[in-house]
Amino acid sequence: MVSVTLENISKYFGKVRAVENLNLKIEDGEFIALLGPSGCGKTTTLLMIAGIYKPSKGNIYFGDKIVNDLPPRDRNVGMVFQSYALYPHMKVFDNIAFPLKLRKEPKDFIKKKVQEVAELLKIEDLLDRKPSQLSGGQQQRVALGRALAKEPNVFLMDEPLANLDAKLRVIMRVELKRLQKRLGITTVYVTHDQVEAMTMADRIAVLSNGRLQQVGRSEELYNKPRNLFVAGFIGSPPMNFVDCIFVEEGDEAYLEAEAFRLRLTDSIKKILKENARSSELILGVRPEDIIISERKAEGSFEAEIYAMEPLGRDVIVNLRMNDTILKMMTSSLFKGAVGEKIWVRISLDKIHIFDKKTEFAIL
Amino acid sequence: MAELKRRVRRILGSILVYAVLTVPLIPIFLMYTWLFVQAFSDRVIFGIIPQGLTLRNWAFLNNPIVFGGITHTSIWVILRNTLIFTFGVTGLITVVSSLSGYALSRVQFKGRTEFMQFILALHAFPAVILLIAVFYILNKMGLYGKGLLAFLGIIIVKAGMEIPMSAWILKGFFDVIPWDLEWAALIDGCTRLGTWRRVILPMIMPGIAAISIFSFIAGWGEFILVYTYMATEEYFTLSVFIHRMIGEIMYVRWGTIAALGVFYLLPIIFFFIFTQKALLRIYIGGIKR
Ligand SMILES: Nc1ncnc2c1ncn2[C@@H]1O[C@H](COP(=O)(O)OP(=O)(O)OP(=O)(O)O)[C@@H](O)[C@H]1O
Ligand SMILES: [Mg+2]
Repeated sequence: MVSVTLENISKYFGKVRAVENLNLKIEDGEFIALLGPSGCGKTTTLLMIAGIYKPSKGNIYFGDKIVNDLPPRDRNVGMVFQSYALYPHMKVFDNIAFPLKLRKEPKDFIKKKVQEVAELLKIEDLLDRKPSQLSGGQQQRVALGRALAKEPNVFLMDEPLANLDAKLRVIMRVELKRLQKRLGITTVYVTHDQVEAMTMADRIAVLSNGRLQQVGRSEELYNKPRNLFVAGFIGSPPMNFVDCIFVEEGDEAYLEAEAFRLRLTDSIKKILKENARSSELILGVRPEDIIISERKAEGSFEAEIYAMEPLGRDVIVNLRMNDTILKMMTSSLFKGAVGEKIWVRISLDKIHIFDKKTEFAIL
Repeated sequence: MAELKRRVRRILGSILVYAVLTVPLIPIFLMYTWLFVQAFSDRVIFGIIPQGLTLRNWAFLNNPIVFGGITHTSIWVILRNTLIFTFGVTGLITVVSSLSGYALSRVQFKGRTEFMQFILALHAFPAVILLIAVFYILNKMGLYGKGLLAFLGIIIVKAGMEIPMSAWILKGFFDVIPWDLEWAALIDGCTRLGTWRRVILPMIMPGIAAISIFSFIAGWGEFILVYTYMATEEYFTLSVFIHRMIGEIMYVRWGTIAALGVFYLLPIIFFFIFTQKALLRIYIGGIKR
């Protein structure tokens, strides 16, 4: 196997800057997810690793070898396309055997290898069919098989689960993860689904507008987002953002928002005083960090229940204070009625604070 | 009552449609009938009624036709020429236009759109006006009328005239193949040319079939180029040969001419019967996955 390093990679299509100055090291055997909204440059990055696109700037290393000019066929990567890209005129067997045939492997070996891969992916019975006679899930497994049969050094997957129904997707998520760990192939997995990225990958690279926002393990991204984009993109339902201003009154410090006023602890106050370059800030609160208080108490606010979104085990309560609406996640044991007033407070040790201009996290 | 009226109107309507269809077909039908009947009889009366069935008109199959002391080239040599011409033209057109169609579809180069518009515009000009220029070129190259070389030269000229449009048509077939497939093949270990041959070509087989069928028909039916540039009879194709027979004979032997005509027609009829299915699929299905 091999590690993959992207060093100051940029890719321009005319005026479009699809990828801009990307730095990323994917360790040998690691499962990394490229996560980001549509059009952020995920597929472009993948195609550069595969050798289909040449980077406009920067270097790509496999191990410590620069592969910028290495054609795709010499890179030994396996790729699963979002469209699967199965060869429609070939049977499933020939699809999987295609890379091996091109490598001029002996017939017996090819047969054995295809059989082996087919068993692994449970598609033994489909080998005689044409791709058009397969369901989406089956096609996906054939595409996977074709990429696996050649025993690639690097495994590239472009939203392979996007076309599957929700149930199959959950099953395949686990299967893919187990498979990757068992084979130990360095894997880059592209998705715009944060749940997929968080559940499957060792590390996640979040992209937006062709730029890398943050790389890290899922709990790092969740608990320590580097900027407003990552904070808003990771987590479902998304983090609440409230515009506010930092004010000091005597010894006390507050975040003053349109709807409420939050008294800060000394440690938060100290961090803000040292790091905030302006008093215009954005407060970020995850829905599960808004807590119901039994009664009016120090630091609690009164809010009106605006809407309820039951999810079974949990319920999302939309709270309204003046013109601000906050989403609160709580157990579905909570019984409230729309229009009812309740008291809530915010866990101060879990809040995030961002600079309004730069959108970088201060806390 | 209203029901009856509607029915009458519908029947009248379809009578009208069939009448419009049939009337222009009558002369064509009559001409072909005359051809077949005449080929097998001494005389024909009223255009389609045979008199004295005979196979004498087909004597040219065994012996070269002799007129006014000239022994003409054997029909089998002419047939061989026609086949070589037709297959040569078909092969050239198919190979060149499937490569250039791919380039037009997939390779970004400066002036591609203008080039494609130019092809269309060129196609609108009648090919006949090129005769003089091509004559000049062939003559300068010493290819005019000189046996085999001229013959091969004409094949190239004919193919050259058909290729732009064929390439244009095939481009449409290449266009609908997603890039993903091509990329997948590259990643799986193909070269660019290997991708074209192993993955792309098999997918546009209906298009290739259409192009080769049309090229075959165009090659078989070609007249003006061979007529203009070929002086030696041993290299005539059937169409030109028949023309010469009509011209040579002061006292026209209609039977022989008609038999020659049928001889010329038969292969194309069989060809149609065999390729009809493929042709229909192209028009109905476009590209079949
Ligand atoms: N061949 C191309 N020519 C011009 N622009 C391109 C090309 N390929 C991609 N782009 C542009 O580059 C940007 C990134 O595209 P890319 O396909 O990498 O996005 P993505 O993250 O994979 O999106 P999605 O989730 O929708 O697949 C987009 O703005 C896209 O329009
Ligand atoms: Mg994409």
